[in-house]
Amino acid sequence: MPEQLVFAMEVILNGLMAGVLYALVALGFVLIYKASGIFNYAQGVMALFAAMTLVGIMNGQVPFAHLINATFGTHVHNFGWNVPALLAIILTMGVMVLLAWAVQRFVMRHLVGQEPIILFMATIGLAYFLEGVADLMWGSEIKTLNVGLPQGINLWIDETTFNIFDYGFFIDNLDIVATIIAALLVAALVAFSQYTKQGRAMRAVADDHQAALSVGISLNFIWIMVWSVAGFVALVAGIMWGTKSGVQFSLSLIALKALPVLMLGGFTSIPGAIVGGLIIGVGEKLFEFAIGPLVGGATENWFAYVLALIFLVFRPQGLFGEKIIERV
Amino acid sequence: MKTKLATLALGALMAAGPALADLVIPSLSYRTGPYAAGGIPFADGYADYFTLLNERDGGIGDVPVNLIECETGYNTEKGVECYESTKGEGALIYQPLSTGITYQLIPKVTADDIPLHTMGYGRTSARNGKVFSHVFNYPANYWDGASGAVNYLLDENGGDLNGKKIALVYHNSAYGKEPIRTLEELSKKHGFELSLLPVDHPGQEQKSQWLQIRREKPDYVLMWGWGVMNQVAIQEAANIRFPMENFIGVWWSGAQHDVLPAGDKANGYKAVTFHAVGDDFPVFEDIKTHVVDTGKAAGAGDQIGTVLYNRGLYSAMLAAEAIKDAQAANGTGDITPGMLRDAMEQLNISEERMAALGMPNFGPTFQVSCDNHGGPGLVGVSQWDAGTKTWNLISDFKPTDGEVIGALVEEDSSAYAAENNVEPRCN
Repeated sequence: MPEQLVFAMEVILNGLMAGVLYALVALGFVLIYKASGIFNYAQGVMALFAAMTLVGIMNGQVPFAHLINATFGTHVHNFGWNVPALLAIILTMGVMVLLAWAVQRFVMRHLVGQEPIILFMATIGLAYFLEGVADLMWGSEIKTLNVGLPQGINLWIDETTFNIFDYGFFIDNLDIVATIIAALLVAALVAFSQYTKQGRAMRAVADDHQAALSVGISLNFIWIMVWSVAGFVALVAGIMWGTKSGVQFSLSLIALKALPVLMLGGFTSIPGAIVGGLIIGVGEKLFEFAIGPLVGGATENWFAYVLALIFLVFRPQGLFGEKIIERV
Repeated sequence: MKTKLATLALGALMAAGPALADLVIPSLSYRTGPYAAGGIPFADGYADYFTLLNERDGGIGDVPVNLIECETGYNTEKGVECYESTKGEGALIYQPLSTGITYQLIPKVTADDIPLHTMGYGRTSARNGKVFSHVFNYPANYWDGASGAVNYLLDENGGDLNGKKIALVYHNSAYGKEPIRTLEELSKKHGFELSLLPVDHPGQEQKSQWLQIRREKPDYVLMWGWGVMNQVAIQEAANIRFPMENFIGVWWSGAQHDVLPAGDKANGYKAVTFHAVGDDFPVFEDIKTHVVDTGKAAGAGDQIGTVLYNRGLYSAMLAAEAIKDAQAANGTGDITPGMLRDAMEQLNISEERMAALGMPNFGPTFQVSCDNHGGPGLVGVSQWDAGTKTWNLISDFKPTDGEVIGALVEEDSSAYAAENNVEPRCN
């Protein structure tokens, strides 16, 4: 087999894995948009906030320590204990539920019935507010996140492909774990929305707020639930990306990677987020591999958007988005 | 009665207004945003040094330093706003820690007669004082960094890099592209094959670049990164099992927070540097006594001795020493930015001077002149020890390729002079 073809196969596999990571971020956007029609600009910051909270809890860090010390002249920084990863994840999820409640109670409830652009702008404000709170709460330094996920080359794949192609493929163990977790997450989300009372209520709200209200579904409860689930997805994305790069403020920029995925997959489809992520991941990696060296490289960021725009020309609602037909 | 009222009014005016004799130094810092992890320790070191001078010595030449911190978020527009809002306070010098902000400030500081010191960043050809009258980049610039890394590799290979493959992984920005010309020239001179691998901002996803490195198997990888790009690159290098001792970053890719996320796998990673690492210097004892223990530290006091804290401190020290020289030359504590610029142009940092400050061998010795605002460009190499979690200097501060760099500086600064109708000085 030609060498370049073997390399391309490795690139495609890595593109698929990268696509899963993009999809993990995109899922959070889809959940909130599907249930409430809000494009949540704060989704990336939620991933950052969740990851910082997780590390803070694991390390026994005192939240708002800098503020407390500046106000009271104390020198508290750490509780002096470490919390096991699983318990810390559960506690972080509790914090994300609290955050969901606060968003609903103090922001979204007051904006019911407003134009989508108003709600979008509210989430921009929320993003900056949350970033500031995260900074005050946990500090700005880069934190190492280790919840026990494996990292580095998968030796089995390396050896197996070497025996077949005389060239060992590089696949990161973390990417394999991310793929498995993403698959489980999507299965759980689909099962939740199809087979549980709350899931069906969520779909009803997504279809028509007024009709859902008229049959006794609590809009408040559903929105808190949706923001909580989006918080959970943000936590998963934060763990995956934070494990790769350390938990730091640039984590919020992963949202930029989710936008072309959403454009391509549609804003309202969970499978669309996954398929969109895979297409973007493979597309950008293959383009960088084949064309990048000819044009000076660094093509991935802009090519992802070009690819999404090409799809939009033919399917404006995205691959799996709902086609909106407005009759006069 | 009138006299009493006038005295009271004058007293109130003096109390309300800024102390006229204060040495005003703006700190264009970034403690928020994606690059805060690098901006905070630098800003802390910068502030703590001036606090030390105020607390221990009563300022510089008995005149207190008034440090005005302005948050830029590493954003060029905000940086320019900070400059505009602080220059009227009597700002003596700007050290903005951003190449983007530097480029915008060069014409402004020249017009306003305020010196700009861009240590290890900014416009490299500003080393040419004949063209850039108000910009200084001593003791080293980007091109010194590139040449220092290549010189180190020459030493490692018995002076011969012929046929070796070197890849440059760089931030796809004006900053990241700075070393390319120099490395291309050095590639021709020494016969190594150079490949260029740009990484788009912010650099969280670098799989393509590292797969390419894995396929092409370069002997060495150089990195020009900042922010999250550094941590991801070191992690990816570890993932593909690239030998860390063959991976060398510029000084903006060689801090504690760059290597810690990769854990033990980052052991052996190297970075060029133009100042010392660690906290084994008498000045840090003074900082602990006069700044940290008295609760006047800019941060929590836990950054002392880290790479970027030391860099901020070193930057402040160089400004303070130039201020001392300006005060001595003009016989007054209340100096103007113009006086400081003149003093910076004659600054001499000797080993005796650093030792007297409690910073022996903290950086290279150098002498600034009218036509050379960058010093001799001496560069050392540091290496990360993951076991002890420390950076260690593994080489002296050594000369870089003046022949190649000098020609590039001349070419670039001449082009700038022609574009901006700058009349060369220092004749």
